[in-house]
Amino acid sequence: MSLAVMPLLQQFVVLLAALALFLSFVLLAQTRLVAAIHVFAWQGALVAAVTFTVALTGHAGHLYFSAILTLILKALLIPWMLHRLVRRLGLERHTERLRHPALVVMAGVALVIFSYWLVLPMVEQGLAFTRNIIAVSLALVLIGLLMMVFRHQAVAQVLGFMSMENGLFLAAVSATAGMPLVVELGVAFDLLVAMVLFGVFFFQIRESIDSLDVDRLNRLTEVE
Amino acid sequence: MSAWFIALLQALLCVALAPLLVGWVRRVKARLQNRRGAPLLQPYADLHKLMIKETRVAHTASPLFRVAPYIVFVAIWLACATVPLIALDLPTAGIADIIVLVGLLALGRFFLALAGMDVGTAFGGMGASREMLISALAEPALLMAVFTLAMTAHSTSLVGVMEHHLTDGFLLRPSYLFAFGALVLVALAECGRIPVDNPSTHLELTMVHEAMLLEYTGRHLALMEWAAWIKLLLYGVLIVNVFLPWGIATVFTPAALALGLIAVVVKLALLGAALALGETLMAKMRLFRVPGFLNLALLLGLLGLLSHVILEVGA
Amino acid sequence: MSDSPLVLALSSLWLALGSSAISLLAGREPRLLRLAAVPLLGLAGTAALVAGLWTLIAETNASAILPLGLPWLPWHVRLDPLSGVFLVLIGLVTGAVGLYGRDYVRHFEGGRESLITLGGFSGLFLAGMLLVVLADDAFVFMIAWEVMSLSSYFLVAFQHEQAANRRAAFLYLLMAHVGGLAILLGFGVLAAFGGGFDFASMRAAELTPLWAGVAFALAFLGFGMKAGLAPLHAWLPEAHPVAPSHISALMSGVMLKVAVYGFIRVVLDLNGEVHWSWGVTLIAVGGLSALVGVLFALVQTDLKRLLAYSSVENLGIVFIALGLALLFQSTGHPNLAALALVAALYHALNHALFKSLLFLGAGAILHSTHERDLDQMGGLLRRMPWTGSFFLIGCLSISALPPFNGFVSEWLIFQSALQAWNLESGVLRSLVPIASAVLALTGALVAATFVKVYGIAFLGQARSRHVRRARPSPKGMWAGQGVLAALCVLFGVLPTQILGLLDPVAEQLLGTGVPQAGANGWLWLTPISAETASYSAPLTILLLALIAGAAIWWFKRRASWRVRRCDPWDCGFAAPTPRMQYSAASFAQPIRRVFALLFLIDEGQEQGADGVTRYRLRIADRARGWLYLPVARAVDSSARQVARLQSGSVRLYLGWTLVTLLVLLWVIS
Repeated sequence: MSLAVMPLLQQFVVLLAALALFLSFVLLAQTRLVAAIHVFAWQGALVAAVTFTVALTGHAGHLYFSAILTLILKALLIPWMLHRLVRRLGLERHTERLRHPALVVMAGVALVIFSYWLVLPMVEQGLAFTRNIIAVSLALVLIGLLMMVFRHQAVAQVLGFMSMENGLFLAAVSATAGMPLVVELGVAFDLLVAMVLFGVFFFQIRESIDSLDVDRLNRLTEVE
Repeated sequence: MSAWFIALLQALLCVALAPLLVGWVRRVKARLQNRRGAPLLQPYADLHKLMIKETRVAHTASPLFRVAPYIVFVAIWLACATVPLIALDLPTAGIADIIVLVGLLALGRFFLALAGMDVGTAFGGMGASREMLISALAEPALLMAVFTLAMTAHSTSLVGVMEHHLTDGFLLRPSYLFAFGALVLVALAECGRIPVDNPSTHLELTMVHEAMLLEYTGRHLALMEWAAWIKLLLYGVLIVNVFLPWGIATVFTPAALALGLIAVVVKLALLGAALALGETLMAKMRLFRVPGFLNLALLLGLLGLLSHVILEVGA
Repeated sequence: MSDSPLVLALSSLWLALGSSAISLLAGREPRLLRLAAVPLLGLAGTAALVAGLWTLIAETNASAILPLGLPWLPWHVRLDPLSGVFLVLIGLVTGAVGLYGRDYVRHFEGGRESLITLGGFSGLFLAGMLLVVLADDAFVFMIAWEVMSLSSYFLVAFQHEQAANRRAAFLYLLMAHVGGLAILLGFGVLAAFGGGFDFASMRAAELTPLWAGVAFALAFLGFGMKAGLAPLHAWLPEAHPVAPSHISALMSGVMLKVAVYGFIRVVLDLNGEVHWSWGVTLIAVGGLSALVGVLFALVQTDLKRLLAYSSVENLGIVFIALGLALLFQSTGHPNLAALALVAALYHALNHALFKSLLFLGAGAILHSTHERDLDQMGGLLRRMPWTGSFFLIGCLSISALPPFNGFVSEWLIFQSALQAWNLESGVLRSLVPIASAVLALTGALVAATFVKVYGIAFLGQARSRHVRRARPSPKGMWAGQGVLAALCVLFGVLPTQILGLLDPVAEQLLGTGVPQAGANGWLWLTPISAETASYSAPLTILLLALIAGAAIWWFKRRASWRVRRCDPWDCGFAAPTPRMQYSAASFAQPIRRVFALLFLIDEGQEQGADGVTRYRLRIADRARGWLYLPVARAVDSSARQVARLQSGSVRLYLGWTLVTLLVLLWVIS
């Protein structure tokens, strides 16, 4: 479906999705932890805005609720918790050098094209709009995973994980106008619990290997 | 015939307006930094002074050194003359599309860099080497942004792109947003503005553009400076008229042309103020941070293209 | 009448052979090389040029059967528009080389190298290239191809006293033969389906998609290797620079194009149906070659090596355009395919012109200063004004700057890439513009490379004593360069005419041309339509000249026109010396650092024999270690295995003969 024939609200969804994709790339290449957390918060806000816009166009009333839930959880609560963790771990000024940032970003671009290729078979005209958004969501998921592969820092890996969840949520919202409320609440709760657990783990990891660089976890092996 | 006349007028207008834009940026910047700053028309006075001063050329310079200012000036002027400033669909626009425009700018840069190396001092070579690095990384980003526009409009002619945009009306195109970002970053790099290069520095080791001009004096320097200003104007016009073409004259009536002029001046004034604000807020970065900066521009260009293909065309 | 171009082309072949024959006497009378052999070479080039132009303008199509060769397979030759374009290409460069070579070969007179080798193999080399282009059956094609490869091997090995040259020549021979084998197998596939070795029956053959793919892959491997595509390019920068400069010009400017010709002939003419994945392969490999070629060119300090690497880059660009042509052809857009094909041919022609010009310029520098190292040069523009001016035109052309010729062909390639929105597949639609971003990056890096070359060699101050005393080159040499420089400008300013000449090729191969390109008059080049894109090279150069003239006139009226000479700015310290200038290595350092991943860099300090500490920088090509050395080692060890047969005992040899005889008899029984 060409953009020129979409209603304005759908155009807005497209725009927001594209921006979320861009923020995924920024997250991928951002070397400062605090700035990366802010980027993640913005991405959460964008996903919330997408949810809200879909709620405006559709009939699913509970989407308003999940938009607010997403906003509070992903744009405010989790970033705040991460921020607090980073401060307590004394990592505010931590920067991480990616070996070849340009190559990593290009790999991300390749993933975007790949996910587009994956969704191409969904050819039904009515689904064109959804399909394109799903391509972007899939790209968000894959880039999140790519980030977890290339980052050494545990906090950055958590950010990658959380942005994967953003991608999944985006797909759910745009493809099926959201999941049932119960499921969404469950996922949100899971995320929160995961966040708390991550926090505990960070301290544990640092206790045992004196760093949050996950590459050093291989020191925990028992046989030399 | 009247179309050619208006085209000539517009070409002259580019040259005439360029110092004003620079004066305006400097003025706003000075005010933002709590300085009084030079008068708005100071660049004109500077040009005049340089033109009447004696021109000196180093013993070691070859003839190319004396020819280069003319070539640089003319190439950039010609590039600027093909950009629709106040009116669309002028005959000059057919001489060059966006890619030729990029080529003309590259021609200017080629001679600028050669002139920098001609006298045989260390600074000239340093400036030329850095300039070529920056331009090499900026060019793909620039063309990526341009391609995004061209794929949307199915045309690489600036007139075609603007007309397409005008007839489409206001659409929330993510690709345009990304292309806009890419073009702004590239413009900052190509025009030697903060954070890539500092136009007002004379601290030898951080210079890029100024290092190449170090040996120039008198009218040669005037031409080189003027050319750089025209380039700033060119990128400004490119940004405001491609992404916000509204107000540009589509018919050649005096009223429409006057409106076009007012519109472009207002748009450029706003853009200039934004540039001044940005330069006040940001610090210049190290040379080897510039590749990262231009990488971001390239990424924006690529995302612009991909979001055009994935999100906007459908099918 | 329609046979006359073919007759002319064949006579140019005889002239080339004649030049080769005369050189045999050069051992006794060295002047013969300069006075007869080289001019004959130029004459042969001119004849080929006329024959090619004739074919293109009259759009003739002539073929003949020569009473040579095997009894059941006489030699077929044919002159069609595709051959015509490449005859023009060979002719233009060879003509200029003929002018230039007269004075250039002079300094080999009285040298230790054999003039017979130089003259004899130059003629054979040209004859081989001409015959490849004219061949109309696989047999003649392969013979001509091998003549071309072998004679150029001897030219590479011409100055064989240096071990490095011998190594380069061996590498070249090895790769030429691996490539030749692939081509032979490719022809084998086509002949098996067509039932004959002549091209006419191959054209008529109906290949299954699988075998068509195999034939394509073999042709791409063979011709791509000869064209120096990455990652099989490592032989090229070794071999091309060590030949005498006018031969380097022929090798880089012309022989690589002969490989392009062979590729087009096999894939677009003989192979029939094309598959879209071939186009994508070509674009990917072409893009890689373009990028690798230019980045390695940028970091070289040896001028001729730098030019050779830049050939890799340009051939990459040609193959990107060919890939676009295949892609559009396979997806049912023959008019766009025609545009891309014409752009590829245009770029091939342009590269022939400017690369030969640059090699001849490098030869002129070598002739005057005996120097190939950029870091010893400087300020040559004032010592050699003619060579300097022509070299500048070459640099501007190769950097794809308007209004010169390189720009037109790259612009056409961009235009055809931007037609990617016509493709149905969204993935291809996004990949093709990304390929053109690679092209843009390449273009900008080429500009950086040639700013470096020109700035270091011709501008600034001389970095060594013998360069400071360089003398202008003889008239014949700059005349040869002048012709090529003029052609570079001409091809840049009159693109519509050139496209008109290339049009018959597209019609011949794809069934449709690019008539719309010149539809709006000769002033406007409009590859798709006037609304889509237009470029007016004549107006560009006219306006550039007018405004510059006006500015100069305006300043000249004023009293302050005269300039005063002064010392360069020295920061208030000591006066700058030539050694303070940026060197070739330091100019490239920022870009080298950004793209560090690609290079194998060995950087440090070392103590020379004289006790002086020097900066050491060696940049090696990764492709060499990954691909070439293993192949070379394999060939070496298998040769050693075979050598075991040669024990020196005559009776053992007779035993082998007996066994072979028995096996053969058993096979045929």
